[in-house]
Amino acid sequence: MTKTSDLGSEWQLTPPLSTRLRGMLGATGKAAKRDIVLGMSISLLFLGLFLAVFAPTLARTDYERTDPVNRMLPPSTDNWFGTDNWGRDVFDRTIVGTRLSFLVGFSVTLISTVVGVSIALIISYFRILDAVMMRFVDGFLAFPTILLALALISLIGPSIGNVIIALSVTATAGKIRLVRGAVLSLRESTYVEAARAVGVPVPRILMFHVLPNIVSIIIVQATFTLASAILAEASLSFLGAGVPEYVPSWGNIIATGQGYIQVGFHISFFPGLFLTVTVLAVVLIGDSIRDHLDPKLRGRLRTTAQQ
Amino acid sequence: MWRYIAQRVLVSIPVIIMVGIITFTLVYVGPGDPAAIIAGDEATPEILEEIREDLGFNRPFPVQMGDWFWKLLHGDLGTSYFSRREITELITPRLQPTLSLGFQVVVLSTLIGISTGMLAAWKAGSRLDRNLMILAVLGFATPGFWLAFLTIWVFAVNLGWFPVIGYKPIQDGLIPHLHSMFLPVMVNSILASAFISRITRSAMLEVLREDYIRTARAKGASEFSVFIRHAFRPSAIPVATVIGASIAGLATGFVLTETIFAIPGLGRMLVDSIVRRDYPIIQALLMVVATVLIAVNLIVDILYAYIDPRIRY
Repeated sequence: MTKTSDLGSEWQLTPPLSTRLRGMLGATGKAAKRDIVLGMSISLLFLGLFLAVFAPTLARTDYERTDPVNRMLPPSTDNWFGTDNWGRDVFDRTIVGTRLSFLVGFSVTLISTVVGVSIALIISYFRILDAVMMRFVDGFLAFPTILLALALISLIGPSIGNVIIALSVTATAGKIRLVRGAVLSLRESTYVEAARAVGVPVPRILMFHVLPNIVSIIIVQATFTLASAILAEASLSFLGAGVPEYVPSWGNIIATGQGYIQVGFHISFFPGLFLTVTVLAVVLIGDSIRDHLDPKLRGRLRTTAQQ
Repeated sequence: MWRYIAQRVLVSIPVIIMVGIITFTLVYVGPGDPAAIIAGDEATPEILEEIREDLGFNRPFPVQMGDWFWKLLHGDLGTSYFSRREITELITPRLQPTLSLGFQVVVLSTLIGISTGMLAAWKAGSRLDRNLMILAVLGFATPGFWLAFLTIWVFAVNLGWFPVIGYKPIQDGLIPHLHSMFLPVMVNSILASAFISRITRSAMLEVLREDYIRTARAKGASEFSVFIRHAFRPSAIPVATVIGASIAGLATGFVLTETIFAIPGLGRMLVDSIVRRDYPIIQALLMVVATVLIAVNLIVDILYAYIDPRIRY
């Protein structure tokens, strides 16, 4: 006699998660060859990653070294982006800032996705847990991201780790709401019912039937989390409530230049350009993944992404 | 309709309570002894104990939270650590700049967003449509504080059309007020309208594929009337949703904008209080902002029912 739980995997109609992911990667790669905007966005993101990894090697000076004689210099062949109010090289500080932006962006995306998806999957099968958890989620989502993050950081102190924690809290709440909604609607679908009827245990249904079918929603949402986390870190550091002042961040370099707008336009201009281009590339990648993989999602995800 | 409204109001009450619990707990469990912040560096343990006794910091957590909620219900937001004044008193003069900014931005971004979105949908696939949507994506990705910096540099520093900073209240006359608010209003409106424009376009395109639009065209309705009367109303629901969502985005934008343009509003107040670790003000502002946003969502929900009567049932 066959054990009922084996039937679930033999009769599985949903391709496993790894196949899904490979398929999505392939489709995105193919799309990038045809779609010049997507191709450029992916290249820019890789360039950013390259800068983030090799910034300390690429920086031609010590980005912390002050040089009061050469302060507020406009861009030149020596200092591509000019120097700031302490005579520090803005190009070096900007590329070192890339590192921080990517670190915060990817950490927040990874943490909120893993934690958010896990919680959403678990609570969708336990009614009481779901009711309690969703009240918390509603509560957290009632605050605008930056405001809650500001308040959290004022309590736990400015540091890279704390910025990541503060931004992950709201991002996770958003993920839980989105994924739980998708799971609840999938739970009613015929193949999940069928799997249940043949006795597939709940964890197995979640892992092998539900998860592969929501992975495209999760990935598209992850790109928007990445974009908004990078923006949020820059905003927090700009306000002086993000990373400590001695860590170069696009946000705090822009804040420095803000004080010297009359004479030092270049100080804020370049890191701002880096920030805009990075966010733009990530948003465009997210847009095309969505359009290529799941036309049904068009226009639906943005609302949650912006908060 | 009234039943529907009552139901929506009832649903938002637990959310507000949850927001209160989160706000209070965050500050309560956060490090830092409020008595020490109030007393300053030279306080003796006896003075600290006295302050704790006076302000009730040594009572159990649920009692303190209950007390806080009870005062909130009576419109008492607490007392600032820093200035020792009632927070409601401190907030009142800060309301005008933020509300004026908010009102102007919501009106302007809705007008720009809906009109460009409809224009793009009308000319779907054309160069105009493509350019508008490129602008919309740019608007989504551009950080507000950097755009603010650029506009200050161009219009205030170089062209000198506007003061670099300097807010004028309405009491100084409407024209000077609007003039001093022009750059912050433009920056926020452009960014907020990008999003509204995208959603308007996609919602319109969706509706324009419906059978009844073909029927309307077949019976000879003018293209203008098809757009405004037949297609716009059904697409208003997603548009209302994003306008509601973009108001949440504005709350974030204002913190940054008010800091850059030195507008003495609530956003600026929040940043100042965070620097001073004035927790009661942070608590009060979080509570106020979240409540306003919940109210906005409630209004959007009620608008849905007005736009689409099927939702009421």
